[in-house]
Amino acid sequence: MPTRIKLQSDGTFVLAEDPFTHVGDDEGLPPGDVIISLTRFQSDGDRLLSEGRSVGVRIEPAEEVETLAYDLPRIAVVAVAFPKYRDGRAYTAARLLRERYGFKGEIRAVGDVLREQAGFMVRTGMDAFEPADGSTPEQWAHVAHRQRHVYQRAADGRLPAFAERE
Amino acid sequence: MYQYDTLDKEFLADRAAEFREQVGRRLAGEITEDQFKPIRLMNGLYLQLHAYMLRVAIPYGSLNPTQMRALAEIGRKYDKGYGHFTTRQNLQFHWIKLADTPAILDELAAVDMHAIQTSGNCIRNVTADPYAGATAEEIDDPRVWSEAIRQWSSLHPEFSFLPRKFKIAITASAKDRTAAKVHDIGLMVRRARDGTLGFEVIVGGGLGRTPYVGPTIREFLPANRLFSYLEAVLRVYNRHGRRDNSYKARIKILVAALGAEEFARQVEVEWEKVGAAGDLPDTEIARIRGAFAPTSFDTLVNRSEAFEEAKAADPIFARWARNNLRPHKRPGYSIVEISLKGIGDTPGDASSDQMDLVADLAERYGQDDIRVTHEQNLVLPHVKLDDLAVVHAELQRAGLATPNVNLISDIIACPGLDYCALANARAIPIAQDIARKFENQDRAELIGELKIKISGCINACGHHHIGHIGILGVDKKGEEFYQLTLGGSGAEDAAVGSMLGPALPANRVAEAIDVLVDVYLRERQGEERFLDTVRRTGVAPFKEAVYADAN
Repeated sequence: MPTRIKLQSDGTFVLAEDPFTHVGDDEGLPPGDVIISLTRFQSDGDRLLSEGRSVGVRIEPAEEVETLAYDLPRIAVVAVAFPKYRDGRAYTAARLLRERYGFKGEIRAVGDVLREQAGFMVRTGMDAFEPADGSTPEQWAHVAHRQRHVYQRAADGRLPAFAERE
Repeated sequence: MYQYDTLDKEFLADRAAEFREQVGRRLAGEITEDQFKPIRLMNGLYLQLHAYMLRVAIPYGSLNPTQMRALAEIGRKYDKGYGHFTTRQNLQFHWIKLADTPAILDELAAVDMHAIQTSGNCIRNVTADPYAGATAEEIDDPRVWSEAIRQWSSLHPEFSFLPRKFKIAITASAKDRTAAKVHDIGLMVRRARDGTLGFEVIVGGGLGRTPYVGPTIREFLPANRLFSYLEAVLRVYNRHGRRDNSYKARIKILVAALGAEEFARQVEVEWEKVGAAGDLPDTEIARIRGAFAPTSFDTLVNRSEAFEEAKAADPIFARWARNNLRPHKRPGYSIVEISLKGIGDTPGDASSDQMDLVADLAERYGQDDIRVTHEQNLVLPHVKLDDLAVVHAELQRAGLATPNVNLISDIIACPGLDYCALANARAIPIAQDIARKFENQDRAELIGELKIKISGCINACGHHHIGHIGILGVDKKGEEFYQLTLGGSGAEDAAVGSMLGPALPANRVAEAIDVLVDVYLRERQGEERFLDTVRRTGVAPFKEAVYADAN
């Protein structure tokens, strides 16, 4: 079974089995839990959910998370895509999912996902990672916990420096 | 000067340690240059034509003597004994070895300095008025807001991978010394009738291929709502800025495409949703304000006999005083501009010895305060009139007393083809040619304020669009040519210059400037600056004179 790096609620990172299968728009549906595109979710989502599966939705950078607002309680995973690591729109998507829509499910970084981004990803609310650089949970933890202080509020609830100082 | 506390210091130490590991991985061959590139760019490390270049942040252009000496020492130990001050108030070392960069970052961190976000598609070093805290014109001290933005933007999790780089400038005076209107965001401190402090917000200015003077999208933003508003602007940009073409990825293109009104509307909608949760608490702004060590001024009278006598006795000092001093808010004090534009020098370069001297002077006569201007000069913001003659003599010995601030030889020039991998043409030799041509200071003063800005390529690091005379290097079949523009300004009356005519070969540029100056001296009325005359007459008489013998 495939795996992804998972951030656990105690702040540790582990390699965890991944019950979800990524399914392309033109592919047939395997049994079990699936992550599908927003387009496919809009056409097939209700049926798949009624079959009792867990469903994840993959959001491309140009797609806006607002589209998912009403469906979020039924969605297990939002996979935010990084076609290139430089495309930073997924950070905004993740923050809005967590802070504005109160999404409690998994937010998974997929695509050109490098360990150098770990700190930014965790802070914006992502909690699962499919690294493209073969990096390990230990390496993710190292980068994510690297800075003892942060200067701004974000989705991870860390105390920013100005609150630490009080 | 803002005093770093333990948190600020640990933040820099952690970042430096991270980069040390990353460089280690690169040197050990664990990652390729391609993989390393984004990592090093996040720390201001470029690979240029001949060597690595490290861009050190000088947040809002403010330095203390200890920091200046550390820069001098780094220049001595790891570079060729000098550094280059840039138009973004940063300092670049052009001859750095990769293996040395971790040690350099540690040495910087030891004096509360860093290279964070001096490159990459993130919020860059904030530009601020180099006269902050010294000029009577200012409504509030822009450094307080600049430092708050420095912190808020440092390793910002959402805004470190924007469509393109992002530059913010803050000015608090009617006179703009930051080129705020050609920044991605320009903030101009305003005070409302009821006394509330706030900002006029200008978004979407910029130079490069598509130069724009930015439109005002909000006349008055209450100061305590600054950070939620910045968050809204950055979020709209992050989501909707173009990413398909890096030449069209700056926020100016988005603002121009949507129109300023529609862009402002989208920001307002987002700002409403961000709400007060996006703001810094007032107590934190107050803490930052308090962490700027207060400057203690002596009670002096306006007139200094020593200063008046020195001026009467020494015409060289008098000339320097006339051109390089600016009025201070306190009686008996002056703002001193140190020109890094010695005739024949590379604009913006300072040797390690010169940096040390400036540090000494700041310590002895200048309240430990040094600034960098976006026009690539240095400033001692608080010097007693009584001490000016000594300061001048010391500067003179170090070759730092060129009395040309704001005059024709006070030229901005990018490093150009001599250093930069992007450039099409050299910029430095052109600046040197022009400076030599106008070496006669009597003539330079007769001409008065004239800002020449030179870029070696379309990216416009030399700000040529906003030069009273702009010079753009272009490549024509392997030969360097230079296009002239007239009538630009980066000040409060910001404007993009108009093209004069066909590009000229390198050996004709200084001569063409001479012709432009002659036309100005002939045409000017009263106290008109060169810029005012160009605005009144248009470029026609200038064009005619420069291209007279071309046909």
